[in-house]
Amino acid sequence: MSVQIWTYLFIFVTFGLYIAIAVWSKAGSTHDFYVAGGGVHPMTNGMATAADWMSAASFISMAGLISFLGRDGTYYLMGWTGGYVLLAMLLAPYLRKFGKFTVPAFIGDRYYSQSARLAAVFCAIVVSFVYVCGQMQGAGIVFSRFLEVDITTGVVIGMAIVFFYAVLGGMKGITYTQVAQYCVLIFAYMVPAIFISLMMTGNPIPQLGFGSELTPEFGGGYLLDRLDGISQELGFGTYTSGQKSTQDVFFITAALMFGTAGLPHVIIRFFTVPSVRDARRSAGFALIFIAILYTTAPAIAAFSKTNLMNTVNNAEYASVPAWFTTWERTSLISFNDKNGDGRIQYVGDPERNELTVNRDIMVLANPEIANLPGWVVALVAAGALAAALSTAAGLLLVISTSISHDLLKRCLAPDITEKQELIYARIAIFVAVLIAGYFGINPPGFVAEVVAFAFGLAAASFFPAIVLGIFYSRMNRQGAVAGMLTGFTFTAAYIIYFKFMNPAMSNAEHWWFGISPEGIGTLGTLLNLAVALLVCRLTAEPPEDVQMIVRNIRLPGEHLHRS
Amino acid sequence: MSDKKSDNNAHAYWRANVRIVLTLLSVWFFISFVCGILLADFLDQFRIGGFKLGFWMAQQGSIYGFIVLIYVYIRQMDKLDRKFDLDHQSSLQQGGESDTQAQEDKA
Repeated sequence: MSVQIWTYLFIFVTFGLYIAIAVWSKAGSTHDFYVAGGGVHPMTNGMATAADWMSAASFISMAGLISFLGRDGTYYLMGWTGGYVLLAMLLAPYLRKFGKFTVPAFIGDRYYSQSARLAAVFCAIVVSFVYVCGQMQGAGIVFSRFLEVDITTGVVIGMAIVFFYAVLGGMKGITYTQVAQYCVLIFAYMVPAIFISLMMTGNPIPQLGFGSELTPEFGGGYLLDRLDGISQELGFGTYTSGQKSTQDVFFITAALMFGTAGLPHVIIRFFTVPSVRDARRSAGFALIFIAILYTTAPAIAAFSKTNLMNTVNNAEYASVPAWFTTWERTSLISFNDKNGDGRIQYVGDPERNELTVNRDIMVLANPEIANLPGWVVALVAAGALAAALSTAAGLLLVISTSISHDLLKRCLAPDITEKQELIYARIAIFVAVLIAGYFGINPPGFVAEVVAFAFGLAAASFFPAIVLGIFYSRMNRQGAVAGMLTGFTFTAAYIIYFKFMNPAMSNAEHWWFGISPEGIGTLGTLLNLAVALLVCRLTAEPPEDVQMIVRNIRLPGEHLHRS
Repeated sequence: MSDKKSDNNAHAYWRANVRIVLTLLSVWFFISFVCGILLADFLDQFRIGGFKLGFWMAQQGSIYGFIVLIYVYIRQMDKLDRKFDLDHQSSLQQGGESDTQAQEDKA
């Protein structure tokens, strides 16, 4: 069977599965729609959280990014996993105890202020929209490359599927489809990795394989030493050493960690488990499921980089393998014979380098580069779609609940019945899918840039406000609002200045303390904390009933303080 | 219930909770930021198999460490809940029931 038939088959089967799950798990109440009835098993929720969290970017781009960044790529690895430690210990159990549906609900109630609630609604919607556009675009790209339909058709199919199970099932439908999507995506990620690890090192476990010796066929010696050697020889710098400044890597890692812990679509997943203890357990499961992919990604990065350099450098252009020409057509890889010798020079010096490689190719074309069977190639397409759709659904739900619950029910129209609220929630998801689809088809050029934005903003606004709200009962409305405003404005201004207004000046020389816009969220977080604590000291204590909420969320059971 | 006693209890529970979290977060900081970033170059002189230690901590070890940390946290908190008698199945049951109750009230 050809790769294309396999791809159609996998996509057909997996999509059929998602739809079946959606029909089976239709939501009947707002409780179902917002938190899946609140009775999800911690392991199920852990799996759903993992799929929710691992986006098209994690699946398609991350290994490629790491293969070009070398050791510095670690900020993605540690940043996007270390945040779960913060989430498990500083946020999830207490927010579960609080027992409401959304993050703005916590901010609004804890800081007894409608403006704080509205500000949180605004942040949640902005952060989620930025993300969801990227997912739709990812789905479109996969469709167009693997099925050779145009991007518009691809996005529309993706929209229709997400629309179906998100609108019908809300959180309940999303939870169980995410479990299925996790299984699809992790299988699709691991199979090629295991194959390649076996082929290059004889070790079936990729995590160990990239620290093993290459098989004689590949030249023997430790893989990483070999990779360091070729990289240096071709002028790319040593793979296993850092190239960026230490403080920049430090700040980016911290910003991604704080951002991870502050992202609303991840936080709300912990509202779906039955108890506080389950919320803690669920965070453990989520991290294990995520770590399977995140510890494999650096292995794929090292394998494919070695493989690529081995295959293409100094190869005769006329005799390159078939995958090279296939991906050349999609312009993910391009060759420009500058010195006219008919051979490919792939070197660090931009003057002499003749090959441009898009980082996404490291995962998408990896099975072909390694000569794996057609069904493995097709599996990668189904996995990438699962990753994109599961994250998109989680984000759309945040947008929908922010509008129907926080904005309408709690602010503008408190008199609506539960039935009406549910209808509004479905309308909101419908509209959100349409807008996201529009941006997926007509991507604004800055999607990639704005991802840094989303993390920085979540880190600088939500994270400190929630942590202080739990761990510092004296924290009051004035302090929290001032802190959020400062953190948000500072971070946004820094990113907008360097990314959009003055990109030419975006280099270590002009950055503050050598911190790039990706890492500035860390400084924003610290500023938020400092301002919040200062303002809080100068203003009145929060009212007694709010302090009561804080005492209550600190205890897991119902025993000591009944609210 | 006697409010005074339960207040003291709640206070002690919370202090123990914060101590656990602070201890574990210092380990978290050490394995990720210290070993994986600040000391990575220094650690690179040691090797495990084909990995330089600093590189391994940055791309593998820290992540395994995070998982261990969360599981230590889960166990410590379970112990603490038992010590303060907060883990009664009944109390969870109650929580569950009152949730359902609230739901039915709404509906």
